[in-house]
Amino acid sequence: MDFELSEEQRLLKDSVDRLIAKEYRFERRLDFLRRSEGWSRQTWQGFAEMGLLALPFAEEHGGFGSGGVETMLVMEAFGRGLVVEPYLSTVILAGGTIRHSGASGRMAETVERIIAGEHLMALAHNEKGGPRHSLEPQTRAKRSGACWTLTGSKIAVLHGATADELVVSATTDTGSALFLVPAEAEGISVSPQKGYDGVPLAEVTLEGVSVQTEFVLCEPGMGEKVLAHVIAEANAALCAEAVGIMGDVFDTTCEYLLTRTQFGVPIGSFQALQHQAADMLIELELSRSMAILAALSIDSEPPVRERNVSAAKAQIGRSGRLIGQRAIQLHGAIGITEEYKVGHSFKRLTAIDAMFGNADWHIDAIVEAGGLYTA
Amino acid sequence: MDLNFSVEDVAFREEVRTFLASSLPDYLCAKMIKRLHLTKDETVHWQRILNARGWATPSWPVDCGGQSWSPSQRYIFQEEMALAHAPETQPFNVNMIGPILAKFGTDEQKAKFLRSTANLDIWWCQGFSEPGAGSDLASLKTSAVRDGNHYLINGQKIWTTQAQNADWMFALVRTDSSGRKQEGISFLLIDMTTHGITVRPIETIDGGHDANEVFFDDVRVPTANLIGEEGKGWTYAKHLLGNERSGIARIGLSKERLKQLRSLEHELSASGQLDERETVGLKRKLAEVEVQLRALELTQLRVVSADAHGANAGAAASILKIKGTELQQRMTELVLELAGPEGLALAVDDHTDGSGGWQNPAAQFYFTMRKVSIFGGSNEIQKNIIAKTMLGL
Repeated sequence: MDFELSEEQRLLKDSVDRLIAKEYRFERRLDFLRRSEGWSRQTWQGFAEMGLLALPFAEEHGGFGSGGVETMLVMEAFGRGLVVEPYLSTVILAGGTIRHSGASGRMAETVERIIAGEHLMALAHNEKGGPRHSLEPQTRAKRSGACWTLTGSKIAVLHGATADELVVSATTDTGSALFLVPAEAEGISVSPQKGYDGVPLAEVTLEGVSVQTEFVLCEPGMGEKVLAHVIAEANAALCAEAVGIMGDVFDTTCEYLLTRTQFGVPIGSFQALQHQAADMLIELELSRSMAILAALSIDSEPPVRERNVSAAKAQIGRSGRLIGQRAIQLHGAIGITEEYKVGHSFKRLTAIDAMFGNADWHIDAIVEAGGLYTA
Repeated sequence: MDLNFSVEDVAFREEVRTFLASSLPDYLCAKMIKRLHLTKDETVHWQRILNARGWATPSWPVDCGGQSWSPSQRYIFQEEMALAHAPETQPFNVNMIGPILAKFGTDEQKAKFLRSTANLDIWWCQGFSEPGAGSDLASLKTSAVRDGNHYLINGQKIWTTQAQNADWMFALVRTDSSGRKQEGISFLLIDMTTHGITVRPIETIDGGHDANEVFFDDVRVPTANLIGEEGKGWTYAKHLLGNERSGIARIGLSKERLKQLRSLEHELSASGQLDERETVGLKRKLAEVEVQLRALELTQLRVVSADAHGANAGAAASILKIKGTELQQRMTELVLELAGPEGLALAVDDHTDGSGGWQNPAAQFYFTMRKVSIFGGSNEIQKNIIAKTMLGL
């Protein structure tokens, strides 16, 4: 039992932390948000040069074959900076479907281009109208000869509008499957949206989109298993990102308590505020513990993985809400201004809870699994 | 990073488990499962079994009868003790005065007290709190006036746990009122049979008698019973704070109680005593508790790991104490909720009889556990400590 980072992990952490502190100051992020794409391709290239885009991919595909801890370190740093670049969508989500589909050599070139920062991808999975967390989408795929035809509509596709290629989940007669669909394919329409957290989204409609069988990423019947694994990894990554955000919010709040004076003293001298800040630190530490658990669990067998990730996401959903709300309250009115970072952090924490199952949903998932601690 | 314990730690856990399985008397185990108070004799009996194995006082220095266990071994030991329903060792002897004697006691004091303290041949109580000195402990007033080679003690202590059973008290007394209030405090060992000491019971809302008032009326204590230097008592007492962090969150205890809650849930829903709606609600509550416990457990393990690497874990002890006590209290709430109307009746038997069901002790246990967020530095004091660590104000 040991919580120390290895030497390599420490080096990775130091360099990502430095990169974010230097390149991702809040004013620059605001500038990125105002651009038409809503993020910075130059920053993305910086990530590529640092090797961050290569981390989780297999070594034979040019990656580093890193695990959950490395992703955690990167995502925590991204959380501190409120990074809006498509790391989750391209590397974790879409990249995850490639990794876990056992995709053969054919995908090697795609992975190489992702790693080089030249290829952006998105996972089109969420839908409206049906059960929200179902791994069997309403989007249908019908086969005729060497061709599949996809019909359906997807919502909240992270970075969907700038993706060069989409991974689309669809239900076939023999279970869920995943399909690779180029963004410019005939019959696809992508309408960009902006998330309240600054992250670009898209609605994607597929009207009889034709996909050759060689672009089936994950065969019918295997989709649910792959999606479950990828979503668990995404949740673990989001937990780490949330911990980064919470840490930053906590530091900012402490600084504010020490510098803001009212009644002639720093407001941090008031016990009513001190105890709220103490609660924030407690929640931060508990969340950090659970983000570590999630990171260390993503390669475990499904029951353990799902239970532990659910526990982490539930903890972090609750803690994120508490820390975000308290931070704004302790800042007073400045906390609800658009020019101040804390409000943006709060919005991202709120979005993180809403993605891939909120705290309540994951509590119910634990109930369904028969509890977190099993004999 | 690795959540798995090392091969050595796993072997150690097995060794502890084997020992407890063969050495913990069945009658004690049964009483612990039913949450019944142990008598003094029962606590003594168990501590002597542990002491014979050398495990009553593992956190003491090795030359004083301790073990050279790593932080993770100390954690494992506590966890296994709780999971086996083993009673805890007498805390005032083992966690408080023992370490103080070992660190600050004279050779004579060590020779006189250490062995008998470990073996529970003498039972210590703690004389810290006073009617006017609770959270603001340093404002204590019980006075010790030098009179030749004696101190003359006058004043009152309160909330003194198990004073009625105690042979000795370690007390903070005021030897000087002229300077800063922390500076005039001395640490004194007092024989409870000394003339002028009166112990009066305080009945608490759980119906138990654990707490007492202790009055001192011209009590003569030899100066040889002073720990360290006169006026340095506050420093010695502070040494105890955050000293032993490997078990502060009491994870094993909460895990064991969670198991009880789980088995009650199964039993009550299988027998139809809880309807479907109640069962769904209960399962959610238990899942919430489990998540909190897991988060706390991992936070405790992070502290254990940091301690093993000699790192400073900041306000960790306070965080663990607050969340640990909140969780312990939450579990007693849930057991009482489960007892429903069956839990309303007071247990007819007294604390020493295990013949009743689980429902009746549930209320007593719930009431008893309100104290854990108050003693040992209330949770609000812990938040003050956290705030001080992070803001420096």
